[in-house]
Amino acid sequence: MGTKKKKKRVDIDNVKVKKNNKKLTASRGGNICIFLFLCITGIFMIFPIYYAVVQSFKPIEELFVFPPKLYVLNPTTKNYSDMMKVATSLWVPLSRYIFNSVFVSIVVTVCNLFVCCCAAFVLSKCKFPGNQFLNKLIVTALLFSSSATWIIQYLVMATLGMIDTYWALILPSIATPMGLFLMRQSMSTIHDSMIEAAKVDGAGLFRICWQVVVPNQKPAIMTLIIFAFQDAWNRQSGTIIFSEELKTLPTIMQQIAATGIARQGVTFATSVILMLPPLIVFLVAQSNVMETMANSGIKD
Amino acid sequence: MAVKSADTPLNKQSKGKYTWHMMKTNKACYAMLAPFMILFIIFTVIPVIITLPLAFTNFDIAHFPKFTGLSNFYTLFLNDDTFMIAVQNTLVFAVFTGPFSYVLSFILAWLINEMHPVLKTFFTFVFYAPSMTTSAYVIWQLLLSGDSKGYINAILIDYGILNSPNQWLTDTKFILPVCIIVQLWISMGAGFLSLRAGFQNIDKSMYEAGAIEGIKNRWQELFLITIPSMGPQLLFAAVLQISASFTVGTVSQNLVGLPSTDYAAHTVMNHATDYGWIRYEMGYASAICLILFVVMLLVNKAINWMLRKYVD
Repeated sequence: MGTKKKKKRVDIDNVKVKKNNKKLTASRGGNICIFLFLCITGIFMIFPIYYAVVQSFKPIEELFVFPPKLYVLNPTTKNYSDMMKVATSLWVPLSRYIFNSVFVSIVVTVCNLFVCCCAAFVLSKCKFPGNQFLNKLIVTALLFSSSATWIIQYLVMATLGMIDTYWALILPSIATPMGLFLMRQSMSTIHDSMIEAAKVDGAGLFRICWQVVVPNQKPAIMTLIIFAFQDAWNRQSGTIIFSEELKTLPTIMQQIAATGIARQGVTFATSVILMLPPLIVFLVAQSNVMETMANSGIKD
Repeated sequence: MAVKSADTPLNKQSKGKYTWHMMKTNKACYAMLAPFMILFIIFTVIPVIITLPLAFTNFDIAHFPKFTGLSNFYTLFLNDDTFMIAVQNTLVFAVFTGPFSYVLSFILAWLINEMHPVLKTFFTFVFYAPSMTTSAYVIWQLLLSGDSKGYINAILIDYGILNSPNQWLTDTKFILPVCIIVQLWISMGAGFLSLRAGFQNIDKSMYEAGAIEGIKNRWQELFLITIPSMGPQLLFAAVLQISASFTVGTVSQNLVGLPSTDYAAHTVMNHATDYGWIRYEMGYASAICLILFVVMLLVNKAINWMLRKYVD
């Protein structure tokens, strides 16, 4: 009898909780409105990208139909093969540009992650003279993103003799205030007790950083990877690189795209190719973030 | 953290000694900071600091800078009509792509956060995708192209809203609004992602506590729990938004050219690019950048002051 009564009480409690939850997640009408709003904004955001993909698969006779169609009747990959033809007729083989882009992007991403994790750990978890000042400096430095300092940065690179080398593509993108700040914000949520414990066990700062703190920072790491890769991949090399064999993909894609209206399909094909890597990196990293969040459900 | 039982300083003389002692005990900290700091100082701090002396000189890269006093600033404010247009345009840009897109990205991140995980991923991707695509302006160029083949023109003519195609990218009436729309389109960037991550980090038990305390609907939950616990993310997004909205220029440069027709979408950053890259008047460009930096710092101070109660 006693146990039955207890069960009943538990049930009643559950009902109460459910009611509260229902209130919290708000009305159904509200949900539908939100969904509609998101869809409309989403269509505005995704439409140009969708349109570029559709256009890139259109055969020439469909490209110039009036009024333009939102879908493809006879999808063709001719635009892409044309693009390859244009690319192979270049002075330097396309594979070289691809290698440059991939090489620069990966080096920048790895270095950025390493440098930012080290610095963020020290700034967020260690007390030493100058810490406060550096923390303030980083927050202020967020304002001076590469687009703001770009023009004057050229002078520094020229002085160091880095113009027209890989260094000019790699070094300026590594120490991003944004990456450091993001990491620092994320690391400062870690309990000091965890670090103390590692210290008691005799680990040095570097080991604490990479074996205790960083493995707990998966979402932040993924976000950093997204930013760093995207930044490096999209960086225009036009003004700092003159040697054809050092140019990156975006620069050369734009040269292909600039070949005029007759190559509209090719233009769209190139822009699709250029869009893909950051999107893929984001999708991969994003799903990892979700996974980490799902695993981080258990508390204490 | 690395502070061991060190004596507290008694007077100024021993304070210097104490600091030196602390620096020596924390050598490892500096070693870990070094790689970042060296690169950061070379590529961010020096370019920012160097604008200050250069702004007062006449510097064309080839010759040694010549000191000219305030003449760059006199020219800028009194004789350079284009700069005034650029300031105006930048302010218009800043209002639309600053506060507007800031609030929009917060709302979007908030709405997405309540969704099913799959939809969450999907919408995050959709909103973030535009800012990842540099080649995007090519698409907009064709969507907005001036002839009747331009997609937007075609639709508007088809529905009888327009009789003849609009020159979206060269008509001075349309250039600025068009650039603002495209800028808004790519503005759901890092700030948006940070806010999105911020929503996920909020302790779920806060909401349960809130429910017990008698929070009735979404709005109360938003203003009483969510926003106060998102201080760091809000500030981060704000700083990025300031930086992005005051340095707009790349999009308009790609979309409508540099200079745009009648300087209709000419921004301060375009002006600096024009003088720095095209005319090689680095002194003048530095003066422009210096003004931009000062304004950005002031706006940043203001935002910091507004959000200070949410950040430790």
